[in-house]
Amino acid sequence: MGAAVFFGCAAIAFGPAAALVLLTVAAEPLRVIVLVAGAFFWLLSLLAASLLWFVSVQLSGREDAALLLLGAAAAVLLQELCRFACFKLLKKADEGLATLSEDGRSPISLRQMAYVSGLSFGIISGVFSVINILADSAGPGTVGIHGDSPYYFITSAFLTMALVLLHTFWGVIFFDACERRRAGGLGLVVGGHLLTSGLTFLNPWYEASLGPILILTLCTGLWAFSIAGGSFRNVLKCLSCKQEPEGRVMLYSALQVPLEE
Amino acid sequence: MITFMNNSDSEEEPCNERTSLMSAESPPVPSYQDGLRASEAEEAQAHRKRRAGSSRGPNNLAGGEMSGSGVPVRERALENEEEELTLKYGAKHVIMLFVPVTLCMIVVVATIKSVRFYTEKNGQLIYTPFSEDTPSVGQRLLNSVLNTIIMISVIIVMTVFLVLLYKYRCYKFIHGWLILSSLMLLFLFTYIYLGEVLKTYNVAMDYPTLFIVIWNFGAVGMICIHWKGPLQLQQAYLIMISALMALVFIKYLPEWSAWVILGAISIYDLMAVLCPKGPLRMLVETAQERNEPIFPALIYSSAMMWTVGMAKPDTAARGPSQQTWDAAEDGREHLRSPSHAESQMSEARSPVPTRPITSLEELEEEERGVKLGLGDFIFYSVLVGKAAATASGDWNTTLACFVAILIGLCLTLLLLAVFKKALPALPISITFGLIFYFSTDNLVRPFMDTLASHQLYI
Repeated sequence: MGAAVFFGCAAIAFGPAAALVLLTVAAEPLRVIVLVAGAFFWLLSLLAASLLWFVSVQLSGREDAALLLLGAAAAVLLQELCRFACFKLLKKADEGLATLSEDGRSPISLRQMAYVSGLSFGIISGVFSVINILADSAGPGTVGIHGDSPYYFITSAFLTMALVLLHTFWGVIFFDACERRRAGGLGLVVGGHLLTSGLTFLNPWYEASLGPILILTLCTGLWAFSIAGGSFRNVLKCLSCKQEPEGRVMLYSALQVPLEE
Repeated sequence: MITFMNNSDSEEEPCNERTSLMSAESPPVPSYQDGLRASEAEEAQAHRKRRAGSSRGPNNLAGGEMSGSGVPVRERALENEEEELTLKYGAKHVIMLFVPVTLCMIVVVATIKSVRFYTEKNGQLIYTPFSEDTPSVGQRLLNSVLNTIIMISVIIVMTVFLVLLYKYRCYKFIHGWLILSSLMLLFLFTYIYLGEVLKTYNVAMDYPTLFIVIWNFGAVGMICIHWKGPLQLQQAYLIMISALMALVFIKYLPEWSAWVILGAISIYDLMAVLCPKGPLRMLVETAQERNEPIFPALIYSSAMMWTVGMAKPDTAARGPSQQTWDAAEDGREHLRSPSHAESQMSEARSPVPTRPITSLEELEEEERGVKLGLGDFIFYSVLVGKAAATASGDWNTTLACFVAILIGLCLTLLLLAVFKKALPALPISITFGLIFYFSTDNLVRPFMDTLASHQLYI
């Protein structure tokens, strides 16, 4: 507990997200707006899910694990529904921006919007999951004094990091699947999300929950990378920092003919 | 109030800023050698200033209200191109408003969460005389509604008073009023704030040091806000005084009254700006008739970059109509600022060396800015600060309100681009903020707490 745990867990949970935002989103105003809009949509889904859970708890009169399971599943499905709504809105905005621009092309592509909206879902989801825990970790206390796992904070931080990255990847895959009308991609995203949420029900058996979630993150990341147009060759090219000679043809007519004496 | 800057136009005016989301108002530029556009002095700017009284004691701060009016722009031959450019820059302006609003909220939330003073109940303002320490819920609700009615009536009375003062050209009175209120904010409230922060962190400070610090802070603040100063310093001061004002409101408004007042202020804003007989609208029309700007101080100005677009060397010359206006704006209007106001705002910025104008596009691209009334800052921060103070230690509520306000601001700017007329800045944000506050505090919080206690993620 204390500042070390607070800063460490905050860095683990939000380090990648902060880096992504600072490097790719912060400089472009449109992307920042898409970021905030995505966060808003996620909040709407959370509101709906909480309402559902609250009503079901009130109706059944007791709070038990089955209702929580249902609540979590409903939350996942509603999040994906809101992701779809976000897709629709961004698609319309994309078309609007394209018509308004001078050269008929929108200043931000749908792929970029997919990435930013996925990132925004991830950040807001991670923040809502972990911010109260982080706030508590800065203060005094003993973790797991009642027999719970003493690794609560660090595993929460890693789970949050995985969730942020997963949402980013799911955003890219989802938008691409919606764009190309492939139900398979949609199904896999929803299924992956349900799986992730379900695996967290195995906490505190972290080998079964955290491990597979991290593996799932990696696989989803590779899938999203390939969907976004990446490939092994691209990575090599980027890493080798080689400047490829661009096949540009010089128009000789552009050259000035030397003055004849 | 959100205002956008127009091209200023007369040859004497060194600063030119462009309207961002409103349709262009400047006339076509004759030639690039002339540099600047033709003069455009019709825009008036409306500001409304709102101040609350101090904690106990006489009401030495007066809420002032001034509003200017945006005048519909002159038609231009290049209007379409203008529109494209303005829409392209629309996103940038949204961000230019996001950043200061976020900073103000961060200051307020950080203070609320760390300094106990601002969450302790220590009396109430004289504007909210009814106490909420009543046994029954109905009585409490009634008291908060009565408090709200009193507060809103005070605001209406002050607005009307200001409109009358403006109508009968009592400018000196208004200036004095505004100077007095910013003096109070910059010195007294800062002293109290600094004292409480030092107490919280148990830092000892002697009175001479305190005096020097407060004196410097306040004096530089008065100069920056009412006269000239670097733009960023002026922006920082405006954010700080908005935060201080919001903290005063958070401390001295009782709980339920605060929420009802927030709702009522948004409705009042909506009506005052859109109804034909609303005080703000009347003020705007008066300013329009007189073709002059209304007090531009205490408007947050976020000009991106301004160039002196003139070929003339003497760019510092100012017309006689430009005086150092004091004051505030707290307007809830989107209005186009008059050219005078822009130049006055430019007085507050550090001078930029003259650059030869090379092309029209270059000129157009560099001069854009947005202005937002400080009252909007204050009430946004009150909402988020109250959420931070009263949401049972929960950060989720604060964040949800924050996102809601930003989205409301975004939507308001979008509506401004669509409707191209004066619109109030408070209603959408405050509505979203209130909805999210109550729903997050009552519905989302138990859900997320239950999930977190089992370390479940959704």
